[in-house]
Amino acid sequence: MDVLDIARWQFGITTVYHFLMVPLTIGLGVLVAVMHTMWVRTDKPEWLRMTRFWGRVYLINFVLGVATGLVQEFQFGLAWSEYSRFVGDVFGSLLALEALLAFFLESTFLGLWIFGWGRIPKKVHLATLWAAVIGSIVSAYFIIAANSWMQHPVGVVTDDETGRPVQVDFLAVLTNNTALAAFSHAIVAALMVAGALLVGIGLWHLRKRKLAGAPTTDAEHAVWFRSVRLGGWVSLVAFVLVALTGDWQGKLMYEQQPLKMSSAEALCETEAPASFSILAWGKLGSNECDDVHSITVPYLLSYLAHGDFSTAVPGVNQLQEEYAAVYGETYPDDPSFGDKAGEPIDYTPVLAVTYWSFRLMIGMGAVSAGVAAYALRATRKGRVPTSRVGVHGSLLAVAAPFVANATGWIFTEMGRQPFVVYPNPDVPVEDQVWFFTAQAVSPGVSAGEVWTSLISLTLVYGALAVVELWLLTRFVRAGITTGDGAPVPGSPPEGTPDDDLPDGRDRTDDVLSFAY
Amino acid sequence: MDLQTLWFAAVAVLWTGFLLLEGFDFGVAALLPVLGRRPSDRHLMLRSIGPLWDGNEVWLITAVGAVFAAFPGWYATWLPALYLPFVLVLFGLIIRAVAFEWRHSHHTPAWDSSWTWVITTGSLIAALGIGAALGATTLGLPIDADGNRVGGAFAGLGWPALLGAVAVLAFSLVHGAMFLALKTDGPLRAAAGTFARRWAPVAALPLLAWAGVVHLRYGTTVTAVLWLVAALALVVAWAQIVVGREGQAFAAWGAMLVAAAATVFGAAYPVVVPSTIDAAFDVTVADASVSDYTLTVMTWAAGFGLPVVLSYQAWTYWVFRKRLTAEPVHEEPAEVPAS
Ligand code: HDD
Ligand code: HEM
Ligand code: HEM
Repeated sequence: MDVLDIARWQFGITTVYHFLMVPLTIGLGVLVAVMHTMWVRTDKPEWLRMTRFWGRVYLINFVLGVATGLVQEFQFGLAWSEYSRFVGDVFGSLLALEALLAFFLESTFLGLWIFGWGRIPKKVHLATLWAAVIGSIVSAYFIIAANSWMQHPVGVVTDDETGRPVQVDFLAVLTNNTALAAFSHAIVAALMVAGALLVGIGLWHLRKRKLAGAPTTDAEHAVWFRSVRLGGWVSLVAFVLVALTGDWQGKLMYEQQPLKMSSAEALCETEAPASFSILAWGKLGSNECDDVHSITVPYLLSYLAHGDFSTAVPGVNQLQEEYAAVYGETYPDDPSFGDKAGEPIDYTPVLAVTYWSFRLMIGMGAVSAGVAAYALRATRKGRVPTSRVGVHGSLLAVAAPFVANATGWIFTEMGRQPFVVYPNPDVPVEDQVWFFTAQAVSPGVSAGEVWTSLISLTLVYGALAVVELWLLTRFVRAGITTGDGAPVPGSPPEGTPDDDLPDGRDRTDDVLSFAY
Repeated sequence: MDLQTLWFAAVAVLWTGFLLLEGFDFGVAALLPVLGRRPSDRHLMLRSIGPLWDGNEVWLITAVGAVFAAFPGWYATWLPALYLPFVLVLFGLIIRAVAFEWRHSHHTPAWDSSWTWVITTGSLIAALGIGAALGATTLGLPIDADGNRVGGAFAGLGWPALLGAVAVLAFSLVHGAMFLALKTDGPLRAAAGTFARRWAPVAALPLLAWAGVVHLRYGTTVTAVLWLVAALALVVAWAQIVVGREGQAFAAWGAMLVAAAATVFGAAYPVVVPSTIDAAFDVTVADASVSDYTLTVMTWAAGFGLPVVLSYQAWTYWVFRKRLTAEPVHEEPAEVPAS
């Protein structure tokens, strides 16, 4: 593999990994803030316990999001320096604004929330959590605006001398329709993650307690029961919103990146009306789309693309030719293209990846919505399900929206190949800005260096995942009886003794041990 | 002042703010094996930086973000030139961040001491690595006319990197000790004070040497004055810690860093990455900068954003202003939940 391929693997692995924590931080942050608000308003103990239990899960996850986000901030410079030079006039400012306007808010107020129990007035303390959660959402907005600008560059003109984009309209970058659609989609997708977690873990505890004959009238029962109901409704509503925003994205994609659309469908020849593929087989892996056969739903693709049942959806073969005519048959014979210099350009992304990641995204979302519906039905009128299959299945299905989120990004990012900055078709060709992925890597960095970082980052990330999962499982299993003893005023939930404190002293009187 | 200069200054302020703030949490973390021999002391040390380290770290993220935003040419030259050192810094920061959170998530002595060790190691790596990167960007990297490093993976690591590394770590150690002397009470306060008293003069030397070298190479009278201010601040800091005025000592020690950093950045301007191969290849503010339009947008955003950030960060420090002791804190609970 050359530097380009290694660097792509590295970016893909680290970003997808970062995006495992991100949706949970965003989604669970909102829900914990809701729980905390409910406690402040109603004074009911179960809301406090819910806030603390789920708040702890939120924090364990959050810190790994921070740790892996750091890598993201440096990556564009480390392995993608030509990319950074090219997009610098637009991209860097969005990243810097994210840090200035969002990360400070998140980290500072989260610190205040963690350590503020019992030290700052109740309502101010609640506000600190909301501030942190808003920080996460603002952060998502800026980073997605940056990403969407690569997908659909707006608000720039080309500098004649350097050939690089120069920003002329910052507002256009912020209100890029691609960004608005992708942001709303990603936020509701994050809520699906949090909803599924509440449902899966809540049902598991309810069942365990019922089998053990525990009462259904105490606060602990209320904690799990409410978690399931809340999570179930959030999941269901979020799924509807995910579908609506996804449909919006699909319509933009049809205009802005038609090749991504036809690759998502493995649609070779232009069709009018076009049908939506449900299952495909054939030599997908060969990227020869004429070998693909699929089961289809007539008209549906036309609807997804354009909102009617007749629109023609251009196929891969036709688009490949159109792109080659405009952007070239081969890469320029220039050293900045590395191994790719002079090679023919394949404008079609890897069909197997785009096709299946698109279906996995939607399919896993549907699985999650199904589980939520099951959970809401099974807990109707205060019932508690004991079905092993149903409850353990729901626990397993916690993974589904994570998979959907990851595959959504894989689809978005792989689908824009071979461009890293995709030409914007609303602009006349001579004014368009585009950049091939092959040009984007750091020319001075050796394959050995990128191998070193790829292997070591992957190993460290793997080790972190093991510890994180172990800790989370332990904490979640323990539930709130042992892990979250009776709440002591202004003090943290864990009643466990701390080895750090002189013998026998209980950490419940230590205001800071909620976190330390 | 034109916008490019303004943003050079802004970047300098962000890096200085980062060293000033994260410096003490690096220092406290690095001193865990030295001052935190008893578990209760370690606990106290970690509590003193607990609410603050993540907010401090965002100064680093913002500094890097601002370099990218205002000077992509600097970002795209500096980072790949020091590829492996930066990756190492990232490892340090990653393991340190998770260790802060994970250390208290499980309770056995082995678990506790392992993660304490990770916090210390991660902080040492990060402080040394960032110091090395800053040293190299102010005193030179082997870059060619296109801004690409030549000479292999470790070509960027000469004596300037070493000097920067030692300077940042040594500064942080004493900074951390002074912070502990200011923030804690009991035996830990005394021990931290003693450490600062003993080591302050030595620990300042590499920093002053670094600022001095940059000044001698590129400086002006202004930077000479700034360097003298830094040296004076050191004397004040030391005098104050000797007489036990911890607040003043901490402030003076911080002032020394600010003056030294101002010397370095002031002297280096307008070069952001000097080339050790040929001065003609130096990357300057003008080569590296984005358009004036983008700088204007960011100036507005930062003009509104930064004061807000500074005020709520100041509020955090105010909320957690009390000295910490190993005794349990008996405060009036703010609320009594109904349970
Ligand atoms: C949709 C949202 C989203 C996306 C696409 C990304 N992130 Fe992220 N990032 C977040 C949403 C987020 C967050 C929710 O704000 C996090 C996750 C957990 C956390 O602690 O904050 C975060 C943390 C986080 C941090 C640590 C912040 C801190 O210390 O508080 C950095 C430096 C980045 N991210 C940078 C990036 C970069 C450069 C990305 C581009 C590849 C990226 N993130 C993708
Ligand atoms: C602002 C946000 C983002 C930016 C600027 C960005 C940019 C990039 C860049 C520069 C590459 C390498 C070039 C390439 O191979 O195409 C890449 C690849 C990739 N990114 Fe993103 N990305 C962003 C967000 C994400 C997120 C959040 C994910 C998913 C979690 C993601 C998933 C991927 C994947 C899977 C690849 C590898 C694709 C491939 O091999 O070509 N990206 N992205
Ligand atoms: C239900 C129907 C859904 C539709 C029609 C849909 C549609 C889309 C489309 C068209 C894109 C690509 C945007 C582009 O590249 O321009 C996308 C991306 C994405 N999808 Fe979905 N999606 C659906 C469900 C889901 C679910 C259930 C999740 C996760 C829980 C999810 C998470 C994502 C993510 C994270 C991305 C990448 C980021 C972004 O562009 O927002 N999607 N989706």
